[in-house]
Order: sequence, then C-alpha cells, then structure tokens
Amino acid sequence: MRPILDIQALYKSFGDAEVLKNINLKVGEGEMVFLIGPSGSGKSTLLRCCNRLEEPTSGAIWMDNTNLLAGDTDINRMRQRIGMVFQGFNLYPHMTAEQNVMLALRRVQGKSEAEAREIARRELDRMGLAERFGHYPSQLSGGQQQRVAIARSLALGPRVMLMDEPTSALDPELVGGVLEAMREMKAAGMTMLVVSHEMRFAREAADRVAFMQAGEIVEYGTPAELLAREGGRARAFLGGEH
Amino acid sequence: MNALIEQFFNLEVMAQAFPFLLKGLGVTILLTLLLTPLGLALGLALALGSSARHRGLRRAVRIWVNGFRGLPPLVLIIIVYSALPFLGLRTPPLMAVVIALWLNSSAYYCEILRAGLGSVPAGQMEAARATGLGRAQALRDVVLPQAVRNVLPDLASNTIELVKGTSLASIIGVSELLHMASNARSVVYNASPITLAALMYLAFLLPSVRLTGWLERRRRGA
Ligand SMILES: Nc1ncnc2c1ncn2[C@@H]1O[C@H](COP(=O)(O)OP(=O)(O)OP(=O)(O)O)[C@@H](O)[C@H]1O
Ligand SMILES: [Mg+2]
Repeated sequence: MRPILDIQALYKSFGDAEVLKNINLKVGEGEMVFLIGPSGSGKSTLLRCCNRLEEPTSGAIWMDNTNLLAGDTDINRMRQRIGMVFQGFNLYPHMTAEQNVMLALRRVQGKSEAEAREIARRELDRMGLAERFGHYPSQLSGGQQQRVAIARSLALGPRVMLMDEPTSALDPELVGGVLEAMREMKAAGMTMLVVSHEMRFAREAADRVAFMQAGEIVEYGTPAELLAREGGRARAFLGGEH
Repeated sequence: MNALIEQFFNLEVMAQAFPFLLKGLGVTILLTLLLTPLGLALGLALALGSSARHRGLRRAVRIWVNGFRGLPPLVLIIIVYSALPFLGLRTPPLMAVVIALWLNSSAYYCEILRAGLGSVPAGQMEAARATGLGRAQALRDVVLPQAVRNVLPDLASNTIELVKGTSLASIIGVSELLHMASNARSVVYNASPITLAALMYLAFLLPSVRLTGWLERRRRGA
C-alpha cells in the first residue's frame, strides 16, 4: 500500500525536553492508524507535527512526494490536504456552522460564496446536521460541534485526517455519533491518523495501532497482533475497557 | 445664590455663545473622528508587536507603549507642540494635538487590544491555520473579531476618555469646544459659556457612556 503519510526519523524537543525520539511511521492510503499510549507520551505532539502546528526538530514527513518539513514547502497549501480535528472542537464561536465550514473554502481555496455554501451544506448534511446550518456553536451539543469541525476539515478535500482525541470532551451519550461519523469516513476511503482512548473503537476500527511511550513508538501492528503479544504493554492498554 | 445663577446659568450669555461653542464642538468631533481610527490602528499594530517573535521588537514596543502611558497627555501635547518647530516642522496646533493624543490613545488602545487578543484561546488560531489560512487571514477573520468583542466595553470607555482628552488642546489654542468656551467667558466676564460647554460634552458623550454600560452588562451576562 502506498503511504500517504511517511514519517521518517522524526525528533521534537521543547527546550531540553526531548518529546519525540526517532519516530518512523507510515500511514497507507485509506488506512486508519491509531496512536495510543499513556499521558505525556507525545501522541498529540506527533499529530501536531504532521501539519506543522509544532515544528519538529529534525526528520522528514513525506506526503505525496512533498516533504512537509522542507524549507520551501508551502505549508498553507499542504494544510488543505491535511485535515485536523481537535479534542475541544475549536469551532469559531462568532460564526454559524455553515460559516465555520465556508471560511477556508472562501479564503484559502478562493471559492465563490455560492459554491462555498453549497459545499458546506453538503458536508454538514453528510454529518447529519442538515437542520443546523444557521446555528452558532453555542447552540449545538458537543457531538454536533465536533461533527461541524469534521465537516470543516472534510470540505477542503483532505488526503488525510489527523484527529486528536475527537471524543474525549464529549458526554458519553454523544460519543457514538462522532464514532459513527469516523466509521463512515473510513468506509468512504479516508486516511486517518487518530489519537484516542476509545480502546473498544480502536480494536474494532483500527487497521494499525502505534503504541507510544516516552516519545517513542514502542509497539506497532494490527490490533489483533498487539493483543496477541504476550507481556506487551500495548496489550494491557488496548485490551482495556473503554 | 442669584450671583451664582448669574455667573453660571445666564441664559442670555449662553444663547450668545452658542454658535461659537457649536463650532468648537465641531472641532472636538473632528478630532474624535480622526483620532479614534488612528488610535485603534496604531494600537492594534502595537498590540501585535507586543507578541512579535522578534525579542528586540517586542521590547521596543513595550518601552514605547509604557512610555506613552506614563506621560500625562497635557505634557505630551506641550512637548510635541513646542518641539516640532525645532525639527523644522511648522505644524499648526491642531496637528500637534493630533500627534500627541494619537501617541497617548494608541498606547491605551494597545493594552486593551492586547488583553483582547490574549482572551482568545490559542486553539482558534490553530484551527484556522490548520485549514490553510495564513496568520494575517486567521487574525482578521477568526481571532480579531472575538478579541474585539471581548473588550468592546473597554474600547468604548477609552474612546470616551479620548474625547474628553481633546479638551486639553485648548491650552495651545486649538479652537475645540473648551477653548471656544473659555474665549467666550473672557469676553463676557461670565462663566455661563463653560456651563454650556459642559452640557454639550454631556450631550455628546452621555449616549456613549450609556452604551458602554450596556456593553459591560452584556459582557457580564455572556
Ligand atoms: N508547548 C509545549 N511546551 C513544552 N512542553 C510541551 C509542549 N507541548 C507538550 N509538551 C510536553 O511534551 C510531552 C508530550 O506531550 P503530548 O501533549 O504530546 O502528550 P500526549 O501523549 O498527547 O498526552 P495526553 O494523553 O495527556 O494528551 C509532555 O511531557 C508535555 O508536557
Ligand atoms: Mg494529547
């Protein structure tokens, strides 16, 4: 499988603290890869390096023959193809759901108002939010907000989605709707790199799982492989109730 | 008691002085209309400079802003007015006042906008950047509208302070409201024009003061 995202020898330090150490990871087309591991192991940092919200210290991240970390890479252009979904949704509170989705379509992709609106409505519709176009984030439930955020990313036509604990901030009864949206994205062939503590979902939906500890990927494989590995730390982690 | 009324509330004198004071109010309004956008623009630039990546620039901006916050505006007006001719600039008093109050008000607008920018969660900028918006675009469309909304009452208060501050221009002979009123007073040996000027300031500013109160209540409610 051709990798869409190919992370090579990636290091990241904050001051003296080395937070990522020699990370190597390939995410193939249409694959759903989960990053799991204890708190502080570097999962979010790794994800944020993939669209350069954090600047890695060294290494390479290849996406479709472009090294995202190269000095001459137009990162704003690449970011349209790398969707990101945050734990706290980060919707723009002063804009309606529709305007949230339209902003980058208009400003970055230069689409007309009408075209942007059409795309926004289609993506929101796909997320089951047809009745919510004109709602402000404060008028939506957490689950709905996260689905607006997903629509905002998908509208730009990304090749890969980075998702950092997309369900952690949600009330338990709202988690299902977001997981369902992720299943549908996967079924539609979207490539996804997901940080999550939803271990049941990871066991069911992940193609590959990378288990991180202290800034390194210490175990990597299919959920079945990790669960079968005697004495592995990932096994205890992945087998957990959640 | 009668003497007091005669000295401060002489309607005849007020009626005579009214056309002059109206001209003065015009200059006060002109100064306001000029200084508010200028002050906001420079204040925003300084607020952004306060969080610039370049350390030297950041320092310089902080020294600049603190300096102009620390100087009494009247002192600043006199310094600018008396210093400019030495720089070979023949500037009318109005110009000197605009420069001095611009330096003063922008420093305060800067502090307010800085607080506003700081009140917007970092995740807003990140979400915008993650969809490919440049820093300037993200600021304009995502961060600034929220920042301004969060400090709107303070911006309004500062603008009111600015309007009141324009009365200092009378000291160097700018024909704004207070200056016209004191001129009238010294002509008629009666303080009623000053009373009238006070009423005109109130008429001009009271709606804004009430608006500020309303904005403040709305912010607390939100
Ligand atoms: N901006 C930063 N400056 C300094 N240190 C940071 C910064 N961001 C993260 N770190 C540190 O890097 C390490 C990894 O953090 P990271 O957020 O990537 O962990 P995580 O695996 O996502 O944890 P969690 O499961 O709690 O979200 C932590 O020790 C954290 O304190
Ligand atoms: Mg994290």
